[in-house]
Amino acid sequence: MSLALEDPRVIEFDVRTDEMLVNMGPQHPSTHGVLRLLLRTDGEIVHEVVPHIGYLHRCAEKIGENLSPPQWVPYTDRMDYLSGMNMNLGFSLAVEKLIGMEVPEKAMTLRVIAAEMGRIAGHLVGMGAYGLDLGTFSPFLWAFREREIILDLFEELCGARLTYSYVTIGGVTHDLPQTIQIPPGLAQLTGRPFDQRLSWIEACRLFLDWMIPRIREYHTLLTTNQIFVKRTAGLGVLTREMAISHGCSGPVLRGSGVDFDLRRDGEQIYTRMYSGYQYEIPCPPFSDAPPEVVLGDNWCRFYVRMNEVAQSLRLVSQALDRYPTAEGEYRLPFRIGQKLPQDECYLETECPRGAMGFYIVGDGSPIPVRARAKSSSFCNLSVTGPLCRGILLADIPAIVGSLDVVMGEIDR
Amino acid sequence: MTVEEVYQYLCELLGEDRILGLEAGARDPFVIVAPESIAVVADVLKNDSRLSFDHLCDLCGVDWRAVPERKVACQEPRVEVVYQLYSFTHRHRLTVKAKLPRWRDETEKTLPEIPTVSGVWAIADWHEREAYDLVGIRFIGHPDLRRILCAEDWVGHPLRKDYEFPLEYHGIRGR
Repeated sequence: MSLALEDPRVIEFDVRTDEMLVNMGPQHPSTHGVLRLLLRTDGEIVHEVVPHIGYLHRCAEKIGENLSPPQWVPYTDRMDYLSGMNMNLGFSLAVEKLIGMEVPEKAMTLRVIAAEMGRIAGHLVGMGAYGLDLGTFSPFLWAFREREIILDLFEELCGARLTYSYVTIGGVTHDLPQTIQIPPGLAQLTGRPFDQRLSWIEACRLFLDWMIPRIREYHTLLTTNQIFVKRTAGLGVLTREMAISHGCSGPVLRGSGVDFDLRRDGEQIYTRMYSGYQYEIPCPPFSDAPPEVVLGDNWCRFYVRMNEVAQSLRLVSQALDRYPTAEGEYRLPFRIGQKLPQDECYLETECPRGAMGFYIVGDGSPIPVRARAKSSSFCNLSVTGPLCRGILLADIPAIVGSLDVVMGEIDR
Repeated sequence: MTVEEVYQYLCELLGEDRILGLEAGARDPFVIVAPESIAVVADVLKNDSRLSFDHLCDLCGVDWRAVPERKVACQEPRVEVVYQLYSFTHRHRLTVKAKLPRWRDETEKTLPEIPTVSGVWAIADWHEREAYDLVGIRFIGHPDLRRILCAEDWVGHPLRKDYEFPLEYHGIRGR
């Protein structure tokens, strides 16, 4: 028996290539913004990944130390700019917790509508962009078609399409508009006249009725698509222990099998918004998953998000039912110069990308001593290094994309 | 467990010289820990079966210093490191604080120091890098303490109250 190395046919398999450092980003289409990954590769195999962040750092926390809370609300919009409503809500609730304010039922109902519509819009982008990462273009166009209607509805609600500042301290800035013109995208998709006028609630219901059957189409297009399953299932497996130790939250944590959602398990000031609503918290193992799927892999994280969209649609529908009978004002007064107590508090809320925490320290003046924003994407991104060790270069977009990070929130 | 019960339990386990006190009146009651023993306390907080705080939600630094523009005076200049903890096992929360001097000496040149907890919770690695970068706290024993949000050659720690914005950075005018 000769050694394998002496066999001229197999010698090529023993050739080691030199290690190479490859920069992926900060201007790379699949890094979702300005994320730079420094890869140490040996051929196609990645040995080490070092994420470099901070390219979008805008000193939001420093600005927060020089503005009163209502003035800082627009800055929270620009953190996770794909779900500004949820960012506004997290910060407003933290300030309300600090000053001990409880908003009326009507404001809470409007907040549920805004936050859950924002969650749908945020997850739609996450889903579409994940399709792009894996090389399919159609889901992205579909997702943006749906998101466009949500943005049109938000525009009628508060005048803005991306940076809403709609949820503010004490409630929301506007009540639901009485009559609006139907969003053009919705008119086209439902075959209605473009100049039809209807109430905001009717338009929203029209959207929900149209959107609910679309979820099944997405599952056919992506979730159960064999190519998609092969690219995602069994890859990027994040164990439960690792997810907890790395402080992951939201769909990334739930994808690893931790049944935890702040809407149900959070603090009372937040959970009372959702009391009485019927919804489920999707958490693997899923009975309808393809056989290749492993707990905590890319596919699980993606499927959790898709199921959350369906649950958010349910929540919006219930909130619309409640709205006509909801009591109280849509906003309690909070002045720009109102003094904050000599106290401090920390509050986490469930945003589309995970638990967004705000820590506010007051010293008796209207401007906080410290306005800290703990980002969920920041923690979720920190698992990139351990997850991407020893994998193929082509799988990096599949893993980083499944974490669904938004750089604006990481860098603040 | 409530924060009071956690405090009592910690005092029994670790003694009064490591657990300095409890601020029960705050909106989020917090336990004050001696900075030099934070690593020991963190290990107990995570691994004791009655506590099992397995999730570090947040770690941040707060700079306290009298600022002329503020009408409210700051009594006690200090830097605080604040740890927000949660337990998935027992579903309880805890806030832990360590108070450090603003600088290690009078000349205001050396950063205050505290042991790292990155060996206990993996996410503390990045949070401590951020606290070092923005607030200027040196974490002893951290595996890779370098700036995370600001550029590598940035001077100063922006979230310090006496931070002065640079006039110039690589030919870019600051103001």
